[in-house]
Amino acid sequence: MSDHTVWGLSVVTFIAAFVEFVEALTIVLAMGLTRGWRSALAGTAAAIVALTAFTAVVGYAMATWLPRSALQLVVGVLLLIFGLQWLRKAILRSAGLKPLHDENDEFREQSAAARAAERQNRLGLDWFGFVVSFKGVFLEGVEVVFIVITFGLNAGNVPVAAGAAIAAGIVVVIIGAVASRPLSAVPENTLKYAVGLLLATYGMFWATEGLGALDGGSSLAWPGGDWALLIILGAWIAVSRVLVIGLPRIRMTHRLQSENIS
Amino acid sequence: MSLLRGVYRFLYDFIVGDDWKVAAGVVLSLVVGLMLLRAGLPSSGVIVTTAAFVVALFVVALVLDVRRRDD
Repeated sequence: MSDHTVWGLSVVTFIAAFVEFVEALTIVLAMGLTRGWRSALAGTAAAIVALTAFTAVVGYAMATWLPRSALQLVVGVLLLIFGLQWLRKAILRSAGLKPLHDENDEFREQSAAARAAERQNRLGLDWFGFVVSFKGVFLEGVEVVFIVITFGLNAGNVPVAAGAAIAAGIVVVIIGAVASRPLSAVPENTLKYAVGLLLATYGMFWATEGLGALDGGSSLAWPGGDWALLIILGAWIAVSRVLVIGLPRIRMTHRLQSENIS
Repeated sequence: MSLLRGVYRFLYDFIVGDDWKVAAGVVLSLVVGLMLLRAGLPSSGVIVTTAAFVVALFVVALVLDVRRRDD
């Protein structure tokens, strides 16, 4: 595996995991502070066990059953769609067309819901705190697992991806434990923007190369080989900046036209 | 049944996300790429054309999305 792929793999996984774990931390903090730490931490631990099992099963299945070129195509398409969804949200937020994600608001909403919920004990745990913590960590974690498995398998180095995700988790837990409040200062949209750009770049590279799997079996090759990644990344950056500037104008023009018609 | 519906909903939200047009654009671009490949276009031309389609359809999806938000 080339150096740039190791670099891309580590950076993408670390940033994506960091962002997702910050969101999970907000939910666990809200449950811990309102419903008790025992249930919140038990839900978190159960989610980590479930994520580990999920990673093992899905990772083994993909690595075992899919031939190399088909893996490149499937993983490339999934990463491309996934990356474009992140990029789409980041562009709309940067353009002011979608509200920014606010960890303080999320924390207030989760805390209010936790205070309003009835107390119901199961297995010696406050069930609401356990279930919400479990779902929060599992659902945010699945996105990380998805990136670790797909990116890791295609780049041929799952351990690097897993290591980067675990490192991000440790950093978030340490910062969260020290701060004891939601990490609202994290520039979440900027980080998601960066991850979206990198996932869309690698996804586009692999998905198009994998087209060969549908026509004869061997992968296609980008002109310029791996250097094409820089061109693709540059293209996505340029297109996204044009959209950030242009979309509000398109919206304004459309709104004026609609008002004139009515 | 509700479990199956829940799994479907989860997978749809997870992979397709908020805007189905983005996923549809990627799939459509790859179908075009495959057709060009089978038509005998050189592989480098197929790759670049497919990539250009992905970018173009992503832009179209976002423009349509922004225009519809006003309706």
